[in-house]
Amino acid sequence: MDKIWLIIQREYLTRVRKKSFLVISLLAPLLLAGTTIAVSKLNSASGPDVVAVHDASGLQVAAHLTDTDEIHFVPATPGTLAQAQAAFEKAKPKQAALLSFPAGFGLDSAKGTQILAKGNVSLNRQNNIRKAVNKAIGELKMARSGLKQETIDNLQAKVDLAAINLDELGGKRNDVGTTTAMAYFLSILVYMFIFIYGVQVMRGVSEEKSNRIMEVMISSVKPFQLMMGKILGIAGVVLTQFALWLVLSWGITTVVMPLLLKNDKPTTTITTNGATVVRPAAPASSPAVAATSPAGDQAAVATPQPGHPFSIWSVLDGLPIGSIIGGFLFYFLGGYLLYSAMFAAIGSAVDDQTDAQQFMFPVTIPLILSYIVSINVIINGDPNGPLAFWLSMIPFTSPIAMVMRLPFGVPTWQLVLSGALLIVGFVGVTWVAARIYRVGILMYGKKVTYSELSKWMFYKG
Amino acid sequence: MQNPTSRPILEARDVRKHYAAHTALDGVSLAVPEGSIFGLLGPNGAGKTSLIRIITQITGADSGEILFRGAKLNPSHIGQIGYLPEERGLYKKMKVGEQLLYLAQLRGLPRADAVQRIKGWLDRLDLKAWAQKNVEDLSKGMQQKVQFVATVLHEPSLIILDEPFSGFDPINANLIKDEILRLRDQGATIIFSTHRMESVEELCDNIALINRSRKVLDGPVSQIKNQFKTNTYEVEGQGRLLVVHPDFEVLEQKERENDHFFARIQLHAGTTPNDLLRFLIGQVQVQAFRERIPSINEIFIQRVRETMPESLTEAVTA
Repeated sequence: MDKIWLIIQREYLTRVRKKSFLVISLLAPLLLAGTTIAVSKLNSASGPDVVAVHDASGLQVAAHLTDTDEIHFVPATPGTLAQAQAAFEKAKPKQAALLSFPAGFGLDSAKGTQILAKGNVSLNRQNNIRKAVNKAIGELKMARSGLKQETIDNLQAKVDLAAINLDELGGKRNDVGTTTAMAYFLSILVYMFIFIYGVQVMRGVSEEKSNRIMEVMISSVKPFQLMMGKILGIAGVVLTQFALWLVLSWGITTVVMPLLLKNDKPTTTITTNGATVVRPAAPASSPAVAATSPAGDQAAVATPQPGHPFSIWSVLDGLPIGSIIGGFLFYFLGGYLLYSAMFAAIGSAVDDQTDAQQFMFPVTIPLILSYIVSINVIINGDPNGPLAFWLSMIPFTSPIAMVMRLPFGVPTWQLVLSGALLIVGFVGVTWVAARIYRVGILMYGKKVTYSELSKWMFYKG
Repeated sequence: MQNPTSRPILEARDVRKHYAAHTALDGVSLAVPEGSIFGLLGPNGAGKTSLIRIITQITGADSGEILFRGAKLNPSHIGQIGYLPEERGLYKKMKVGEQLLYLAQLRGLPRADAVQRIKGWLDRLDLKAWAQKNVEDLSKGMQQKVQFVATVLHEPSLIILDEPFSGFDPINANLIKDEILRLRDQGATIIFSTHRMESVEELCDNIALINRSRKVLDGPVSQIKNQFKTNTYEVEGQGRLLVVHPDFEVLEQKERENDHFFARIQLHAGTTPNDLLRFLIGQVQVQAFRERIPSINEIFIQRVRETMPESLTEAVTA
């Protein structure tokens, strides 16, 4: 036990003392903060797109175009299309597009509508404009068929969607946007760090092998101790990095950012799309909800609260932070241990880095797949569906899949089961990896194949 | 030469080791007397490294056993064994001092002791100025010295050196040789493993010859040499040597300028060197007369020729 501790110390210290470690530890939070500041500055600067409408049809379509969050319609300069176009090009502030209804435009032959803009009009913007035009023409048609405006208004459905989360996660609100962002963020962290530091383990092992220090080491310690010492030492490096980032990010966002953002209205950083998740501690029917109605909620999330200085951390208020941090650490460590054991076995089996490629493939594939599939199944699909369930149970995919599910809330029994399976998984994988490792580290100048590797597993000590 | 104590520090009994394709050790038994320098000799691929890896507990034997001071070899003996592998290697990006400390601690030496001893060793081997340098900044010879220090820092009672002098220039090789003798005088036992038999012949008290995974010969060097003496004498002198005698046989005779000659003469059974000398004195002016002692290399080749003629070519070329 003493020896493995010595190995852990060496692996940890040699990496933490490197300049590159310090640089990354300092730079990453700065970059993150910088990006956040840039995004919020850009967001607060830009309002909805301004679209000028030139209507030569005589149908007054323009009057029926309703503004949305994304688009603000203004009448174009009266006159011919060419005049309107000239005015559009000179317009200040800039207008996003010029929408033109030509003279021949009619309700029965709705043709010839054009969007003029400098450069390409994004698909999203086109869709928004098309929706507004469709709605306007629909209204005009209904009016033509003799319906009163009042009736038309009544016919239009106004659905207000509220998703109620029935978990017992506390009486706080959160919103789907933050939850999804959190899920992305956490899972990509797990994915990246397993990858980056797993490869570091592999490098370290093959370095020891090509340095020829292996024989000296193995005559002092057991191969398993050497392997686990390296894996755990590097795990320590990652955790230190996380801790530094957390502290630095907290420092930057609570001390530096408010100074930089002092004059800006922190308005548009959060978009809820009107779908607000209400936690059960404030039951939907109780009068308390009326006081904190959805509109109020939105404001509460995004604007400074009394006695609570604005920080990006306030968006995390509604999330199950405790279980997210705990779960993240557990699944990161579990996944890292499982994958880095495999990386260590690869490093031991090959003589130099270039040979490692062929063995990297079967290790990286489940890692990459679990990330891609999880995004589709969990974030774009159903976070609690059967596929999501199985992905978060299989030890090879659960570190990423489960972390992705965490912000959405996961039943305790699933967490326990998946955690237990992950532990079983990494013990099993480590056992197999250690058997390959102990043979591989002393095997030089041999072209290693898969069948060779499988034979090593059954070698006697 | 020291008097080796009778009790062996290390004993191998019928050790066998098979790898997938070949047999590395085929029933090797030997005993290393405590306080001696023991040569483990044989051509490349004979099985020396396999045996050493079993002694250093890097791998295990398929069958047979290794006894360390009479007890079955186990991990608690690691701290009493020092091992310098043939393939030298250190962590390149680690400082010399830290590296030595690390390796010594892994061998079970307490930190404070290790620090003390590292200072002493670096002083003695002229490496003091390099303690804070990364290993990769050192010359190859200096790296070798550092590795030697790492091998003996924990003051092991059994030191195993695989091809110890390869990679050293003559000056450093002598330095290391002196250190080895000093360690032996302090009571350590040293096992040399090499295929260059002449390089350690003079240092070894005992040897074991290994060929093709079998031990072909072992024992004290002096005894082996006596055993393989062919009763041959080398004579140099002046005059005209003509040997026609039933008791002596000339194996080789060379005439040189100015009436000088060199000859190798074998005595037949029952004849003493003095008989030969008397015969020579009557004929020529004797300038040198000495017994021809076979080198370990010659003995090895002869032994291999006797025991397994089919492997002769490989053994000789090795």
